[in-house]
Amino acid sequence: MKLKQLESMLGQLQQFSNPKVELEQYPTGPHIASRMLYTAENSFGDVNNKIVADFGCGCGTLGAAASLMGAEQVIGIDIDSESLEIASLNAEDLELDINFIQCDIRNLVWRGSNVDTAVMNPPFGTRTKGADMDFLSVALKIASRAVYSLHKTSTREHVKRAALRDFGASSAEVLCELRFDVPRLYKFHKKREMDIAVDLWRFAPKTNQGN
Amino acid sequence: MRLFTHNMLSSNIKGVANGFPLRIEAEQVLEKQVDFNPDFLRNLFPKLEWKALVDGARALGYAELPEAADSSMLESEEFLRKVHHALLELHLEEGALTCPETGRKFPVNKGIPNMLLHEDEETSLQLPGSLVSQMLVRITGKQ
Repeated sequence: MKLKQLESMLGQLQQFSNPKVELEQYPTGPHIASRMLYTAENSFGDVNNKIVADFGCGCGTLGAAASLMGAEQVIGIDIDSESLEIASLNAEDLELDINFIQCDIRNLVWRGSNVDTAVMNPPFGTRTKGADMDFLSVALKIASRAVYSLHKTSTREHVKRAALRDFGASSAEVLCELRFDVPRLYKFHKKREMDIAVDLWRFAPKTNQGN
Repeated sequence: MRLFTHNMLSSNIKGVANGFPLRIEAEQVLEKQVDFNPDFLRNLFPKLEWKALVDGARALGYAELPEAADSSMLESEEFLRKVHHALLELHLEEGALTCPETGRKFPVNKGIPNMLLHEDEETSLQLPGSLVSQMLVRITGKQ
């Protein structure tokens, strides 16, 4: 699938109708989502025919992108039932087949090493401190091939150190820097729109036996 | 929820030593056709918990899987089609998943299992090292 086509299809997806500020619910726009998954597949072969998990899937944008880029099975996990409802509708609209689970990522207990690739746009940790690191830690335990994640550019050194030193990643690479436009969703947002510099990361977990 | 997902999901209640597999109580089961991909199944087979799949399929009304399976059976298309059907085409739409240790029910609605815990069931994040390694074993499946 071509990048433009992917971006256009993702643009049709419904987003949060009542975003919850305490969960840091912001939509992952089609621009970022398409580039994340397009790169994951075309530069690294991490998506096509693979099992992909979208942690903190929200309305399912990244999971949908993974499915459109040829993932064999996609699993979307989120804590919020309203988001999962929208994600289910979105999957239906695009005729995609995505498996959803409602769970708090910190309490996810997963058997085995079936998931190849994790993709996520985790909360930045502005509401629940350390939320971004919780997500990264779990993703690196569950994915056997790669983890793709977005983190604020301002946290780059911290993220790299945590991934390599604390969470067992064998590599941590910033693939590119993107502008994440945060539309004025919440009352406390003063500006009409804001750009945050985010890094698109690719982490590889420690190589397991027989991988 | 498909058995593909069920085969990876474990009870996450604090203190539960082995929360896998969750027992299935089916109220509504749907069958949805999925394209057959034998290569995918052959790759996945060694990572599956076979007994959980057999029992889960039975709970969803499908009893065609053999009690035991080994990789030599992967050469049979008939066998692969049965695995395909059980793993990917059966959906638990409404029902519950029960923790094998505590009996606690996790509801499944519109095909989505709800694994959210009550406060007293949550694993504390301050853990002694030994418990951390136990958790990691549960999460990664590796000793």
